[in-house]
Amino acid sequence: MNAAEKKSLQITACKVRMGIIESVFQAKSGHPGGSLSAADIVTYLYFKVMRVDPQNPKWEDRDRFVLSKGHISPCLYSVLAQRGFFPVEELKTFRKVESRLQGHPSMHYTPGVDMSSGSLGQGISTAVGMALGAKLAKKDVRVYTVLGDGEIGEGQVWEAAMYAAAKKLDNLVAVIDNNDLQIDGTLEEVNSPYPIPEKFAAFGWNVVEIDAHDFDQIEDAFQKAAACKGKPTAIVARSVKGKGVSFMENQCKWHGSAPNAEQYAQAMQELTAALAELEG
Amino acid sequence: MADIVKIATRDSYGKALVEMGATNDKLIVLDADLAAATKTAGFKKAYPDRFFDTGIAESNMMCVAGGLATMGFTVFASTFAMFAAGRAFEQVRNTIGYPHLNVKIGATHAGISVGEDGASHQCCEDIALMRTIPGMTIINPADDVEARQAVYAAAAMDGPVYMRFGRLAVPVIFDESYKFEIGKGAQLVDGTDVTIIATGLMVGEALEAAELLKADGISAAVVNMATIKPIDRDIIVNAANKTGAIVTAEEHNIIGGLGGAVAEVVCETVPVPVVRLGVEDTFGRSGPAVELLHVFGLDAAHIAEKAKLAVSMKK
Repeated sequence: MNAAEKKSLQITACKVRMGIIESVFQAKSGHPGGSLSAADIVTYLYFKVMRVDPQNPKWEDRDRFVLSKGHISPCLYSVLAQRGFFPVEELKTFRKVESRLQGHPSMHYTPGVDMSSGSLGQGISTAVGMALGAKLAKKDVRVYTVLGDGEIGEGQVWEAAMYAAAKKLDNLVAVIDNNDLQIDGTLEEVNSPYPIPEKFAAFGWNVVEIDAHDFDQIEDAFQKAAACKGKPTAIVARSVKGKGVSFMENQCKWHGSAPNAEQYAQAMQELTAALAELEG
Repeated sequence: MADIVKIATRDSYGKALVEMGATNDKLIVLDADLAAATKTAGFKKAYPDRFFDTGIAESNMMCVAGGLATMGFTVFASTFAMFAAGRAFEQVRNTIGYPHLNVKIGATHAGISVGEDGASHQCCEDIALMRTIPGMTIINPADDVEARQAVYAAAAMDGPVYMRFGRLAVPVIFDESYKFEIGKGAQLVDGTDVTIIATGLMVGEALEAAELLKADGISAAVVNMATIKPIDRDIIVNAANKTGAIVTAEEHNIIGGLGGAVAEVVCETVPVPVVRLGVEDTFGRSGPAVELLHVFGLDAAHIAEKAKLAVSMKK
């Protein structure tokens, strides 16, 4: 990745973060912490990896994305808006009656959403079904899913992991957004899923560990996933919950609460300054 | 009289899948390590490339089915009713029902007639659970002929379907001229004093009950209600108007199943007595299936008793 490409991605990710804050502030609810931690990964996926067509969201041969950690819908919506699936302005309608942007993703409401999700542990199984279907249809379709690190406490995740490896689904990539915080505390405090890479490796997956906020490493991980044959790939992405908004970083309480007007102003000020610096 | 032919509806399910697989290459069958019991093994043998055994992991299977459906396949997902509607309820609700995907759940071993395996496997709650999912179609066929037609009908319609099949071989009631239609009850016997609305293996018992009642001077109509959802309101309203009393008969908890569905329609349209026959809000137990059905009151004699009660309640 050259410097210009990286800067362009960083600018887009910053705008995505502004969209996250905007939508959660307008809704007075939502999940900013995990949205911000996954923003770089999801941005990279939609701008560099996935073959999608915003003008034809249901294009049959598109790559598929399942947001297994469905509560970070503000992240997905903000990326989809930046990618041109719907106007960025629409993010302000998030969670409102008559909005196309439901609290958790719904495939029948929102252009670009490939699968409804939100109940933790189910999205990865759905992604497995899609990857299996693509193989069966002999289509060169790749399937991506993003899970929370707390989410992998759901037993179903491991049912899916076992099955994906058994079926050699090398067209499937699962990113684990490892921000180390869940609602009730740190992962260690609640119910430790560590060591995560070893667990996926033991289930027969190709595992790549990266810094979730370093685009060089993100690119490297998806290239390794694409090159891997005969195994699904798990990208364990160490991230910072609330990344990009100083007072939200590494704070459990920003998992599922919205900023007030003052906090909103501060967050937007920080992101605007970051964007100005990037656009220099 | 010719010998009564008995076929378990799970066999009908397996047979229909194999037949349909020959012409529909978009049809996929999933199972969770019960292919021999759910009778999907025939499909597995005939079309190994379109059969997937997800192992003992029903929650994953239901969501894999959902994912496959988004890729344009018609997916039949099979396991026992207990695990399809019970264990995987929320997966069915959120990943099949909410997105309204083209997944057909083939739930076998429903009800008390599972027999010797006992209460842990005798699912008498599945209809109630599935009824509460918006947009879910529920079919509980009475015999082999209806079951096979129901599988074809489920494949032909768009959206999720829950099909309920039994382990026990039950009499074949209908001949091949019978036409099953989703959402339509079938008037099998006309009568004037009471209508027995039955579903699944209780339909055969209902027909027998009508004969018993005839001997007692009671004219009982019999309706086969194979589709529990969407329920055939017209045939219920007509029965309430015409006979003024209704008995429901099902191999399911009396709470939330056919009895509940019929009572809901009756009390909002033509309030007449409705007496529900089913499993009396209790768990099952081990024993030979036929014997158990009698123990739990799921037979013609008990339907006839309930019918007399319903008639006595008429004003």
